[in-house]
Amino acid sequence: MSAAPTWTIDGVRAALQAKKVSARELAGEFYARIERRNPELNAYLTLSPDRAYAQADRVDAAIARGDELPPLAGVPIAIKDVISTQGIRTTCASKILETYVPPYDATAVERLDRAGAVFLGKTNCDEFAMGGSNENSAYGPVRNPSDPDRVPGGSSGGSAAAVAAGLAVAALGTDTGGSIRQPGSFCGVPGLMPTYGRVSRYGLIAFASSLDKIGPLAGSVADATAVLSVIAGHDQNDSTSAPVPVPNYAVETDKPVQGLRIGVPEDYFGAGLDPEVKQKVLSGIALLERLGCRWVPLRMPHTDYAIATYYILATAEASSNLARYDGVRYGLRVPGATLTEMYRQTRERGFGPEVKCRIMLGTYALSAGYYEAYYLRAQSVRTLIARDFADAFQKVDAIITPTAPTPAFRLGEKTSDPLQMYLADIYTVTGSLAGVPGISVPCGKTKGGLPVGMQIFGSHFKEGCVLQLAQAFEQAGGSTI
Amino acid sequence: MKISREDVLRVAELAHLGLSAEEIETYRDKLDGILSYIDKLKELDITNVEPMAQVIYAPAAPAAAANHPELREDVVGPCDVSGPILSAAPDARKPFFRVPKVIDR
Repeated sequence: MSAAPTWTIDGVRAALQAKKVSARELAGEFYARIERRNPELNAYLTLSPDRAYAQADRVDAAIARGDELPPLAGVPIAIKDVISTQGIRTTCASKILETYVPPYDATAVERLDRAGAVFLGKTNCDEFAMGGSNENSAYGPVRNPSDPDRVPGGSSGGSAAAVAAGLAVAALGTDTGGSIRQPGSFCGVPGLMPTYGRVSRYGLIAFASSLDKIGPLAGSVADATAVLSVIAGHDQNDSTSAPVPVPNYAVETDKPVQGLRIGVPEDYFGAGLDPEVKQKVLSGIALLERLGCRWVPLRMPHTDYAIATYYILATAEASSNLARYDGVRYGLRVPGATLTEMYRQTRERGFGPEVKCRIMLGTYALSAGYYEAYYLRAQSVRTLIARDFADAFQKVDAIITPTAPTPAFRLGEKTSDPLQMYLADIYTVTGSLAGVPGISVPCGKTKGGLPVGMQIFGSHFKEGCVLQLAQAFEQAGGSTI
Repeated sequence: MKISREDVLRVAELAHLGLSAEEIETYRDKLDGILSYIDKLKELDITNVEPMAQVIYAPAAPAAAANHPELREDVVGPCDVSGPILSAAPDARKPFFRVPKVIDR
């Protein structure tokens, strides 16, 4: 890795105010880094210098006038390519949207823009966010900055790799079954999945609407907190966004963790967990105990059913959401003699193999004769999984688990067996189904130098508690444990 | 096998997905493997368990949800977006999207 200085949000602000650098120069510095590293990492799919420099110039003008700066003034940010950005190509890493330019900004993007952020570009991901390794991108895989022969995780692999390699100060990712937390874990950066409804999904191109969430990846917990503070809150354009007041997360995060009860579910530490990962996470929990947290043993008996539940519900929702790609309104069109032939050929050519597989599975699960056996049953098991969490949060303030069963695996290692790939999400999908917030925070490295992530779940809308624990852990040296 | 070749073709037709002969076999294998795994959901007794139709419901978001700010007034506002939206279409003649002929007569 280069010896370039690591920028933080506070650091950017201080440097801009002291006039050590202008926002335009800073954006230029990041583009120079991207030019050096991106050919190898493939973290960015599209760069947006026109918009970035226009945003930077606005910040520089505000500084020249002596205006008070908005919270993310001049901060170079990357945006996952499933989130709509006005005037900037948004592909979902799919051929079917190769030339699509959204006419509007997602609400989260618009809020970042108003907060003074500078949009460097759009990051690579698994096609339509479907995958756990970034190998399902139609534009080639992202490589892990810690080891270019390994995957960065997925689906927000480009966002995680960009932050880890210093090609953005922070990034937006999306998480449906683990897609922020697992790449955060594999690349060694904090990644937060907020509560369902905490951040508006308006402008997030839908994969599974009852599970999709937008959240930050950043170089530190404080920076993830700063981004969440900007993007959180009710939005009238998303009827599932929650009318719940947004607390001052910076204040919440600075509270002492002494006395917090941390639940450790034994169901997350069984067969399939890499011994080195297990040892690191147990050391992480011991560190939290030394900070004054109380270890509470837990059982979450439906954990083992989460993957099966998730792959029914997520694919069912995807089969419906992706019906809109038919060659009529946007994206690719492959001509056909009839309307149906045009639909079929457009979708055959436009979608990659994993997306087709999931559309097929979801369509099957929703089709006549199978709906009750698969979809409705999975909806009931989702209730049982949510109850596991509700019961746990009667006894504890947070739940601590590994983020993923292994560190980053090699490119190509799991591509032949979809089930093995799905099982990499085994510890993250539970919280996705329950709709609770969760963070992956760096928790040391393996002997081979690969990052390990520790996951912290909180109760609905308790991002403050999750971030508070993550920050205390980080400040106590958790990332080098 | 739980999934027949005919099942694959039926589902592909429902989903408007064209599949090559090779893909038909690949998806048959993959779907079969995944559905066999998903059968583990049958181990659970779900009698009297409500299907989860909504992720966050009132009890999780108490006080503030009471006045339902998500239910806004139904007010007519300007929506002059047809230009940018049609310009993204593969084939459009304002104010329409053009598609192959649907009705023959």
